[in-house]
Amino acid sequence: MNIVVCIKQVPDTTQVRIDPVTNTLIREGVQSIINPFDMYAIEEAVRLKEKFNGKATVVTMGPPQADAALREAISMGCDEGVLVSDRAFAGSDTLATGYTLAMAIKKVGAVDIILCGKQASDGDTAQVGPGIATQLDIPQVTYVKKIEDIKDNHATVERMTEEGFEIVKTSLPCLLTVVKEINEPRIPSLKGRMKAKKAEIISWKAVDLDLEEEKLGLKGSPTWVSKIFTPPPRPKGQVFEGDCEDTTTKLVEAIKDRLVA
Amino acid sequence: MSIQIIKDKCTGCTLCVKVCPFGAITIVSKKAVINYDKCTLCGACVESCKFDAIDLKRDASKTPNLEEYKGIWVFAEQKKGVIQSVVFELLGKARELSDKLGAEVSCVLLGHNIKDKAQELICRGADNVYVVDTPELEHYLDEPYTRALVNIIRKYRPEIFLCGATFIGRSLISRVAVKLHTGLTADCTGLDIDPKEKFLMQTRPAFGGNIMATILSKNHRPQMATVRHKVFKESERDTARKGKIIEETVSKTLLTSRTKLLDIVEEVTSTINIAEADIIVSGGRGMKGPENFAILEELAKVLGGAVGSSRAAVDAGWMPYSHQVGQTGKTVCPKLYIACGISGQIQHLVGMQSSNIIIAINQDPHAPIFTVANYGIVGDVFQVVPLLTKKFKAALNR
Repeated sequence: MNIVVCIKQVPDTTQVRIDPVTNTLIREGVQSIINPFDMYAIEEAVRLKEKFNGKATVVTMGPPQADAALREAISMGCDEGVLVSDRAFAGSDTLATGYTLAMAIKKVGAVDIILCGKQASDGDTAQVGPGIATQLDIPQVTYVKKIEDIKDNHATVERMTEEGFEIVKTSLPCLLTVVKEINEPRIPSLKGRMKAKKAEIISWKAVDLDLEEEKLGLKGSPTWVSKIFTPPPRPKGQVFEGDCEDTTTKLVEAIKDRLVA
Repeated sequence: MSIQIIKDKCTGCTLCVKVCPFGAITIVSKKAVINYDKCTLCGACVESCKFDAIDLKRDASKTPNLEEYKGIWVFAEQKKGVIQSVVFELLGKARELSDKLGAEVSCVLLGHNIKDKAQELICRGADNVYVVDTPELEHYLDEPYTRALVNIIRKYRPEIFLCGATFIGRSLISRVAVKLHTGLTADCTGLDIDPKEKFLMQTRPAFGGNIMATILSKNHRPQMATVRHKVFKESERDTARKGKIIEETVSKTLLTSRTKLLDIVEEVTSTINIAEADIIVSGGRGMKGPENFAILEELAKVLGGAVGSSRAAVDAGWMPYSHQVGQTGKTVCPKLYIACGISGQIQHLVGMQSSNIIIAINQDPHAPIFTVANYGIVGDVFQVVPLLTKKFKAALNR
């Protein structure tokens, strides 16, 4: 079984702060991490690989420093890392990103299952996974919380919904986006870390892939960011301290009228 | 832009004839022939062809005949025949946009035995409802829904297309936008029309809500956006409103699916789903154990709300994951969010800080949750919460 897991290196949003003077994002000193949702995709890829004696290839599109994210995935058990990196990809929106990753996966070769996190924590779009599946013309199941079974060239999975979940059977090859509930990512072993350190990362530029130039980067991206601003800060709240009888009465008085409407 | 039939590959199978929304293809001497006066280069035939016999060269940098795209469309998501409330919220916004744009508002409703629901959409603000009613669309499946929707969008060419950012909406619309080669902006919290150039201005949070971005899709149509629940107000219901119901048929060849739905499991862990709730009472590590969530449930019951949880409480096994609010759980924006015994790690804050009113109850006056709270009580949750339940009950006559 050949598994591809797509990951993204993102700024650690928990460290992102706004400069109070200039009102802009402070990026200095913000660590890069693997998108938290992708950790579950990596873990699931490794589990499938172990169960079916397969191969797990981790693919990322990003700047050269995304190499670190690939090595971390290898330390968790992925076999091979592919870095898709070129200035021609700069400014890609979800459409161009989905296209570029799809073409990279085609080059990886025959694939049975592609795994992605449900969304990235910086953009939060949840569009790239389905975008890859559509570009490759393969079925997808989003928000997968459990892979029940894989056999006879089909996968049976549980897909989260607002009310609970659905059990869905899909033919392979397919793309699955996964949620946190699916597993608990492992801590890399020392052996894994050593392997990751020595691993040869495969690096592909635009010319290495069979790409239509006009579908890449800024040119291939229909959406443009026209303005970025910081949301207005929340007004300072009213905090009640002291005796509970007193504080709870004050709170109920303060908001009860807004609850009746 | 150009399209042509590769004669050597064409078998005259007629699949393309059936899917062409414009009746632009005929078979002459067992080969497909395109009528270029009718063809709009929409590409439906290219996807239907099993023999790669149609060659379409597209200019990726711009949607052709851009100015011909008119009207605002809303995807009328239904589950088991029930129109989802986010659809009415989108209709409310669509009407507002239509006043600025001078365009009609239409809905597209896909499903089975759902024709009678179309009138409700008209009462809620739709001028037209396009309905595809067929057994293959009874339950949501990515592929038939995508193809049916793409087919109708290509035929009618809306300028703007809005969809709820639900589990279904996000899966479906991502596929549709790729097929149409157009721009899609996820989870918009603001939508407006650029007064000069009439573009759809799509504003959304990024970096966990730390910044806002306004996004345009200038050269591609439709301009597509998803919107979360509870961001916009539902449109008023007006039973006197008039509109058109248009029944569409979609070729059966487009309705096949490589995924099958085997079962639907509804987990009734809570009476109200937190993503839909107007009021959420959430508990964190400060609740100290699963049994103590009962006091939150009582408060939620009095207020008519749902119970949420921080990651800490889910990881400890006190609450199911479906109740988790925050970066790795659900993002919610209820009218009232009451955080009980939640310190307010940034991962939690990004999931709830766009709530209308936030109340924090915590023993530690320096807990970060107070920085986003409109109201706070410094005190012991086990004393404060039952008192609040009692006092709200009295104040609200419940």
